Amino acid sequence: MADRNIKIAVLSGKGGTGKTLVSVNLAAAANKSTYVDCDVEEPNGHLFFKPTAVEKEEIFVKIPNVNKDLCIGCKKCVEFCKFNALAYGKELIVFDEVCHSCGGCVLICPQKALTEKEKLIGIVETGISQNVKTITGELKTGEASGVPIIKNLLNKAKNEKGFIFIDCPPGSACTVMESIADADFCLLVAEPTVFGAHNLSMAYELVKVFDKPCAAVLNKTTGEYNPSEDFCGKYGIEIFAKIPFDNELGEINSNGKIAVRENYSNKDLFYDLLVKIKEAVK
Amino acid sequence: MRIAIPVNEDSQKTDICPSFGRAPFFMIKNTETNEYHFLINDAAESAGGAGIKAAQLLLNEKIDAVITPRCGENSAKVLQDADVKIFKSQGSIATQNYDLYEKGQLSPLTDIHAGFHGHGG
Repeated sequence: MADRNIKIAVLSGKGGTGKTLVSVNLAAAANKSTYVDCDVEEPNGHLFFKPTAVEKEEIFVKIPNVNKDLCIGCKKCVEFCKFNALAYGKELIVFDEVCHSCGGCVLICPQKALTEKEKLIGIVETGISQNVKTITGELKTGEASGVPIIKNLLNKAKNEKGFIFIDCPPGSACTVMESIADADFCLLVAEPTVFGAHNLSMAYELVKVFDKPCAAVLNKTTGEYNPSEDFCGKYGIEIFAKIPFDNELGEINSNGKIAVRENYSNKDLFYDLLVKIKEAVK
Repeated sequence: MRIAIPVNEDSQKTDICPSFGRAPFFMIKNTETNEYHFLINDAAESAGGAGIKAAQLLLNEKIDAVITPRCGENSAKVLQDADVKIFKSQGSIATQNYDLYEKGQLSPLTDIHAGFHGHGG
């Protein structure tokens, strides 16, 4: 552990389940850790950590640039593009925001009329918050994919020592796959509703595809019937923690504060959760 | 003139489809010969950029005009760059709109919407 790192991906099938609550508090509870906010469409971990010594980097992707003198309108690139980012009427039109930067059109053009140019799609910021190094990505509004930013974030984190907590985007699409691909362990955060259990099942299915060890954290538990707990029982998913639906935690969190750094009466639950994760990844 | 309308079914009695890019078919009528046919919209199943691809399919069919209830900005750009006119449909019956076009009773579609991009994951 001292000379390597352990990557814990925190994910859920839907937004608002408490991924950021869990990953921020785990990172703050660890001796020394790295927090990576891969939710690049709406990163909010930095609101809690309020990092200082912030360094910013711009992230670019390659998109096609057309030389209209060389283009003969054969439309081979239009037919090739699986993302429908190209169209040809009187001349070639490139829809920059639809392009996924695969580079295929440039390779397939028989006239060599297409070259690549750089386009700014977002930023990555690194900073420090007490014991935690923070790495946050932010995708520009309207851009097609946050994957290039997530690759940059995880590349920056890979040489850090100790725990790396990866706060994933919601859902189970490409950005989540990219976020969990190199994780050593996945933590699934779920709400106590039928909808929550359905979304938990989507996240669980994805984790199984990647063959990752995992456990669940049940958030907002009330003591009443919990469909997500039922799901965990049915599929043998170990429940590492239950976070109660309580005003005290809600108030701390909604004020942008980190529970383990405050006088939260139940903060042991995050330390206990950290111990369970340590045991599981041994 | 070759005029396309996004439609729900490949029959003459079809309703107009409220979506341009994701309509299952386009009804295409040649106003000189009064012949019409149906084009399967391969763009309908696209994860993203359906409007762009649908517009491209119509350009490949040498369409001169489109009659549609709505059209997104990307599809409109492809069509307008190729000088394809876009008219706003009236009511729900496709064939009636060809008659309205012939009588000059259709207006150009001006409320091009910003699209529903980025909802495919």
